[in-house]
Amino acid sequence: MTHNKTVVVQDGPPSDVEDIKTRSRYLRGELVEALEDGITGSMSEDENRLMKFHGSYMQDDRDLRNERHKQKLEPAYQFMVRIRAPGGVLTSAQWLEMDRLAREYTTGSIRITTRQAIQFHGILKWNLKKSIRTINDALLTTLAACGDVNRNLMCNPNPYQSEVHAEVFEWSTRISDHLSPKTNAYHEIWLDGEKIVDSTADEAEQEPIYGKVYLPRKFKIGVTVPPTNDVDVFSQDLGLIAIYEDGKLKGFNVAVGGGMGMTYGDTQTYPQLARVIGFCTPEQVIDVAEKTVMIQRDFGNRSVRKYARFKYTIDRYGIEWFINELQNRLGWNLEEARPYEFSHNGDRYGWIKGSNGKWHLTLYIPSGRIEDQKGYPLMTGLREIAKINTGDFRLSPNQNLVIGNVTTPKKRKIEELIKQYGLTDGKRYSALRRNALSCVAFPTCGMAMAEAERYLPTLLDKIETILAEVGLSEEAINIRMTGCPNGCARPALGEIAFMGKAPGKYNMYLGAGFSGERLNKIYRENIGEEEILKLLEPMFHQYAQERQTGEHFGDFVIRAGYVKAVQSGLDFHN
Amino acid sequence: MQFQVMNSPFSQEQVELLNRLVPTLTQEQQIWLSGYLTAINTSNTTLHTIPDVTTVISTDSSVAISREVTVLFGSQTGNSQGLAKTLSQKLEGLGFQVTLSSMSDFKSNTLKKVQNLLIVASTHGEGTPPDNAIPFYEFLHSKRAPKLEDLQFSVLALGDSSYEFYCQTGKDFDKRLEELGGQRISPRVDCDLDYDDSAAEWIDNVLANLRGTIESTSTSGALTATGIEKVAEQSAYSRTFPFKAEVLENINLNGRGSDRETRHLELSLEGSNFQYEPGDCVGIYPENSLGLVESLIEKMGWSSEELVSVNKKGEQRPLREALLNNYEITVLTKPLVEQAAKLSSNNELQALVAPGNEVELKNYLEGRDLLDLVQDFSPWEVSARDFVSLLRKMPARLYSIASSSKARPDEVHLTIRTVQYEAHGRDRYGVCSTQCAERLELGEQLSMYVHHNPNFKLPTKSDTPIIMIGPGTGVAPFRAFLEEREESGAEGKAWLFYGDQHLLTDFLYQLDFQRWVKDGVLTRMDVAFSRDTAKKVYVQHRMLEKRNELYQWLEEGAFVYICGDEKHMAHDVHNTLITILEQEGGKSREDAVAYLTEMQQQKRYQRDVY
Repeated sequence: MTHNKTVVVQDGPPSDVEDIKTRSRYLRGELVEALEDGITGSMSEDENRLMKFHGSYMQDDRDLRNERHKQKLEPAYQFMVRIRAPGGVLTSAQWLEMDRLAREYTTGSIRITTRQAIQFHGILKWNLKKSIRTINDALLTTLAACGDVNRNLMCNPNPYQSEVHAEVFEWSTRISDHLSPKTNAYHEIWLDGEKIVDSTADEAEQEPIYGKVYLPRKFKIGVTVPPTNDVDVFSQDLGLIAIYEDGKLKGFNVAVGGGMGMTYGDTQTYPQLARVIGFCTPEQVIDVAEKTVMIQRDFGNRSVRKYARFKYTIDRYGIEWFINELQNRLGWNLEEARPYEFSHNGDRYGWIKGSNGKWHLTLYIPSGRIEDQKGYPLMTGLREIAKINTGDFRLSPNQNLVIGNVTTPKKRKIEELIKQYGLTDGKRYSALRRNALSCVAFPTCGMAMAEAERYLPTLLDKIETILAEVGLSEEAINIRMTGCPNGCARPALGEIAFMGKAPGKYNMYLGAGFSGERLNKIYRENIGEEEILKLLEPMFHQYAQERQTGEHFGDFVIRAGYVKAVQSGLDFHN
Repeated sequence: MQFQVMNSPFSQEQVELLNRLVPTLTQEQQIWLSGYLTAINTSNTTLHTIPDVTTVISTDSSVAISREVTVLFGSQTGNSQGLAKTLSQKLEGLGFQVTLSSMSDFKSNTLKKVQNLLIVASTHGEGTPPDNAIPFYEFLHSKRAPKLEDLQFSVLALGDSSYEFYCQTGKDFDKRLEELGGQRISPRVDCDLDYDDSAAEWIDNVLANLRGTIESTSTSGALTATGIEKVAEQSAYSRTFPFKAEVLENINLNGRGSDRETRHLELSLEGSNFQYEPGDCVGIYPENSLGLVESLIEKMGWSSEELVSVNKKGEQRPLREALLNNYEITVLTKPLVEQAAKLSSNNELQALVAPGNEVELKNYLEGRDLLDLVQDFSPWEVSARDFVSLLRKMPARLYSIASSSKARPDEVHLTIRTVQYEAHGRDRYGVCSTQCAERLELGEQLSMYVHHNPNFKLPTKSDTPIIMIGPGTGVAPFRAFLEEREESGAEGKAWLFYGDQHLLTDFLYQLDFQRWVKDGVLTRMDVAFSRDTAKKVYVQHRMLEKRNELYQWLEEGAFVYICGDEKHMAHDVHNTLITILEQEGGKSREDAVAYLTEMQQQKRYQRDVY
């Protein structure tokens, strides 16, 4: 299956990151030495690049930079550590271990990411090894949670169509395992594994899919089961849409070339939607994923990282070229795409009974942040639930948490705990808030230009007031906010979206499709809160009066002429 | 006959008087005087002057009373050394031949030949001798110590009366020299922290007695100018006349989340003419807490404005100001409580100072201050004037300098950890550290002086390797060392062992040390952050881990410096050095100890511990 040779298409000399990867000896680099350097809590830029492949990277508390510099202290370096769990599924036992880890070595919270992963913040360098070992002992991994590889594989987590979900989840896990890096570096560095130095092993043996330079950029795969599109399947490099008939999985529609990130001021960068190119059976899906990854490995831009995502490779060579290349490598042709329909990309809150008779409870987690707050002991409550739950814990792509596969007797007990700890399924929040998504941004993210997670709740308070005035409190509107244009909270798919430009200043976007099928478009540049509210107020008034039956806000702003519809990323800037 | 100093036992002054008087005497007067002098000589047997004088005259140059004086000092922070130096200059000024030496440099086998021995010795911690006094102290107290029947001696003891074994080292020397047969030139004087006056008294006594005994052989009373010239080069400011230094910077070096606070102070020395070298200290005269002073005045029912004297010259200040600036009120000493008891009718207090209750008294002193004393043993009917006269003068606080004057002319940096704790139901605050942490604003002035510490100095050769061990604020002088070496482009290797609780928040001067490691000024740096790991690690653990290389450095002639906590750290580090010498050098324990002792004598092993 790996009898390929690397065809590297270059537009110029390889970027410095390519050089770091090449020299790293399959992700080893000088990481061991960097961990041992006792006079700093940091790592060099080179090592930090490699750390990403191991599921972690360095951050610092940006709020404290100046203050600490005056104190003759280096920045408050700390590490983000991310767990890769395909489809975001953890057993209750695993949850308890992660809860313990969070309390012992991190800032004390568990974060659910927008890719159904668990993220810890504030781990100090000398606790990294212990943390990663704890994760591995719980049969989870951090390998490839970041870096130029296939990232956490997303899969719709709420198994209410139980049989189909179970099968889809099984295939998702297999794809994820198949695309995992094979290097032994991870075991050597973190788990004190034996150093295997086999100079005779060639690239194909060491890293059969990725080779020694890995991918040009990150690669994202999402799998969904219609009518839910909570994984935002069109935002993925490779999206797989489960096709089923009568509760039986038939296969997947294959969509390629989506992605959210862009760079301000460079119109050659843009968010893009994945395009459906055909259908494959479940047995073929691993092969499709592997070959797609390999095509990107061979044709992706390795000179300029901002042009290196798969979406640009496809837009540059054309979708027809890709289908051709893929089918050549597969040795067979995709079937014609099957019909499907999405109704939403949000979560269903509260208890839902699956077709297997088990219960699934979706809890609303603001910004995916699980911690004990005064008057809201969320983390403790979940720990108590994990202690009795025989089912599992599922992380949603909207940063919420599903207590999954609960039996009826356990459901009663869990309901008691929910009551005891005052946990909420989100019903007490407005529909707007339940459909809001934001990235971490300040103070830890190095890319952030403006606040996101810390500020969005404040902005929502004010928007909710306007919505209440016009009677739209129960209207679900996707609203998303990020601190930069890299797209972590998939902002280009928000019916209303804000991308940070500078402290307190955002670009405002409108008009994405409610179920993630259409991009939004810029409406105003570089505006602050006052102007945001001034712009939204008449829009909501008009929407309340003039909307058609079932018309979502994102559709309305297009019909009302606020922005033009964007069906392809190539039109995003036009 | 004309009297001359050279042909008579008289001094110049006496010679002049005699030359004026004798020619005017009638024969009758001469006979009367002769008879009178003979009569008082025979009736007063204790008066040995005349026979002595005759001996002196008869033996001519082989004088019984030597003009040679040996001055030995045992000094940790340099106070004793400074006094010994002053004493020596005065002796030289009087025409004595002075051998001034630290006890560690003194060849103990020559002790037998010494006729006049003057000792200035401080006491360290709980009654232990300072580092450079230890070999001599041990020799003197061993069986090898010779009989010293021809020896004349006197001891000046320095200490701190808040410690139980006050001036113990000086007392030990004094007692032992007597046991060995020596005669006191003048009685020992024990000095407390405010040692100036008592030390000056001792010096005067010693000089007078020495001079008195050998007046007859004095060529003249002329002072040599050597001492005076040296003084003229120095700053006009000193411990007794401190400089007011402007505060240029005052920041907390501990990051948020730390449970410690360490102030980094930058003071301007502009106009002070202070010279300092790495290893020297700064003494600061702090100000007591206003709250404590006011509570005290209120409790005693005194008036803030009442004038009290603040020194022996009788200078007066309002009580409040005197308690704020001139007197120590945060420490209780045994003498103070005993004196206070004399002014009180409180039975409990009388009981506390009564003989047999020494342990109770010692326990009472621990962690208590003047406010405790006056609260615990009321009522008081004592005037402020009388009470204040019992108090010790506000002692200066010594801090190791954390900067190099080569790198930062006219500036001095200090590293001061804030001391705050709870004891006996009340929060207690370190006087100076709390003033720096809570009250000292930029632009304000601090009374300070430079205190030279000749026992903590970089090697004279700039290519000598140095090993520095300084956890916590003990790292301060090493910042000065490295600044100095960076500035002078020294090529010697340097190795620093440092530690504290948490790397994230407690790494003092982290950016400076990182830069020096990067630039090669610091060859190696090993750190131990005790609270970052499950098992607590300290600098000595890091030293043991690196024992192989550390031993290589020692064999290459590296100097070893230890700065910081004496009670635990310095002790543990010392033992670790012995272990390393045993393990890596294949030495017996005795040999390892001897190796370190020799290093100490060669000044290759220096400590600034507190």
